[in-house]
Amino acid sequence: MNNNVYLPFKSKILDIKPHTDIDYTFRMEFEGDVKPGQFFEISIPKYGEAPISVSEIGENYVDLTIRKVGKVTDVIHTFFPGQNLFMRGPYGNGFDVDLFKEKELIVAAGGTGLAPVKAVVDYFVDNKDEVKDITVVCGFKSPSDILFRDDFKKWKDEIKTILTVDNGEEGYTGNVGLITEYIKNIKIENIEEANVIVVGPPMMLKFTLQELLNRGIKEENIWVSYERKMCCGIGKCGHCKINDTYVCLDGPVFNYTKAMKLID
Amino acid sequence: MGISLSNKEFNNILDELKKEYKIYAPKLFKGKGRFSDTDLVRYDEISSIEEIEFGKKSYYSPKEVLLPITQTLFYFTEDKVIEPEIDHKKTLVFLRSCDIHAVKRLDEIYLENGVEDPYYKRRREKMKFILMECEKSFENCFCASMGTNETDDYSLFVKSEGDRVFLDIKDKEFSSYFDTGVETEVFPNFVKENKIEVNIPENLDIDIFKSLMWKEYTSRCIGCGRCNTVCGTCSCFSMQDIFYKDNERTGERRRVWASCQIDGYSEVAGGFDFRSDQGDRMRFKVMHKIYDFNKRFGYQMCVGCGRCDDACPEYISFSNCVNKLNEKVKEGK
Repeated sequence: MNNNVYLPFKSKILDIKPHTDIDYTFRMEFEGDVKPGQFFEISIPKYGEAPISVSEIGENYVDLTIRKVGKVTDVIHTFFPGQNLFMRGPYGNGFDVDLFKEKELIVAAGGTGLAPVKAVVDYFVDNKDEVKDITVVCGFKSPSDILFRDDFKKWKDEIKTILTVDNGEEGYTGNVGLITEYIKNIKIENIEEANVIVVGPPMMLKFTLQELLNRGIKEENIWVSYERKMCCGIGKCGHCKINDTYVCLDGPVFNYTKAMKLID
Repeated sequence: MGISLSNKEFNNILDELKKEYKIYAPKLFKGKGRFSDTDLVRYDEISSIEEIEFGKKSYYSPKEVLLPITQTLFYFTEDKVIEPEIDHKKTLVFLRSCDIHAVKRLDEIYLENGVEDPYYKRRREKMKFILMECEKSFENCFCASMGTNETDDYSLFVKSEGDRVFLDIKDKEFSSYFDTGVETEVFPNFVKENKIEVNIPENLDIDIFKSLMWKEYTSRCIGCGRCNTVCGTCSCFSMQDIFYKDNERTGERRRVWASCQIDGYSEVAGGFDFRSDQGDRMRFKVMHKIYDFNKRFGYQMCVGCGRCDDACPEYISFSNCVNKLNEKVKEGK
């Protein structure tokens, strides 16, 4: 059958990088156009498919940061470099980095929420002259939950980076506290034009959005990325539908003016 | 053109048609109903006019001809994926006006919303409609309210009266099959009104999503999903991988019908469920059928066949719910 969109292709695992006990980044062989914020359907025959967003885009590869949290991802975590996974995609709209150019940008992420937006940060770290200013503020539950440590190290020298944990541990010397507290104090020169991307679990999203609106960030300058159950990724299976919107087709990246009207 | 012919003549032509077509129609299954000593009317292949149940509404819609309950997408062996063989036969389906309208809704999702679905497309391209008329409105029907009581989108219209069959042949492809018979005027009668009238509220907006009226269904609905399985326009599916016990390295990926009323529909890995309350699930379904779909595609999804009401074991009525919603909107609640 021509154009069988459901047939996955084989992709070799080039490298696996563990962040925590349950979060690994899989570097997958891939050639083709991908945008930050887009996702692939990753599958292992016999276990099923799962939508996973790209956390890094390189020449001939995409990174997929996968938490061991379900039937499919449990098995993916038993794989080694050199073995193959099946993929379909990329799907979804992704982030349009052009919208953020020549303006201030704040990226606020909670936990694994950093993964879908990390490629945006990577882009502006590599192309600093294209953005007026970029701040990354990212919160994790505890020091042992921190993802992308190497990237944070790199970002610290290049851009404003705030890394915080909800609860510290003995010997931990970094920031402690919810990211909302740090958002209060981020210096924003032009509040009218500054863009903010917020990605994270529902509670983090709620309070971060509140704080941003309190600070006077305009609704139309806030961007979110949604996670929903998806079986097809192409507007057919219905699981990700919210009102008249299909997260897989119209999202997963939404402007806040649209997202605020989506009721599950 | 219209003709009439005897049942025997018609059956001979069905035999001819069967060489090229699989012919599906509602059929009566004795004693197979949900309750003791009741019958079930559902779709199946037929080979004679006598097998077709003209007088009763089918419990399931004809959608299973297009969208099988489980459909193998491909087989996998180690790291290869292989598509299943294609059935080259065309299909002819006996169905009513509302069900023809329902197929248009399925087309919208599977052919227009994003890229085309190849599995759906190859079945749909081979499918032709034979219209059955409704002599009178059945229980729970509200097609007139939904504007789906009439259609001219069919290849043949077939009506059975005693030992004679009356046909209106619209599709030239079939003219050659029906070269016998007596020429006569044949027109389908369409139902003009139903006992149940449904008024979809105008000026609906997102506020009604938060209305307290949905709470009623939190306690009433048991989340069995029958309303979804019998619906001609419900098109959701889930992916399912299975493997063969004798060789666990081979298996197949299938898609199976899914229901927004059943646990797991909106649950993501890690266990978070975006809609765990039955009242919210009812709201999700009802608003899809009479608001969301219309907002996206420009016409209502529900075709008013009333099968959801026929099937509900808790006597929840969709039409009643929409009318209640209309009252709430009028009252401004």
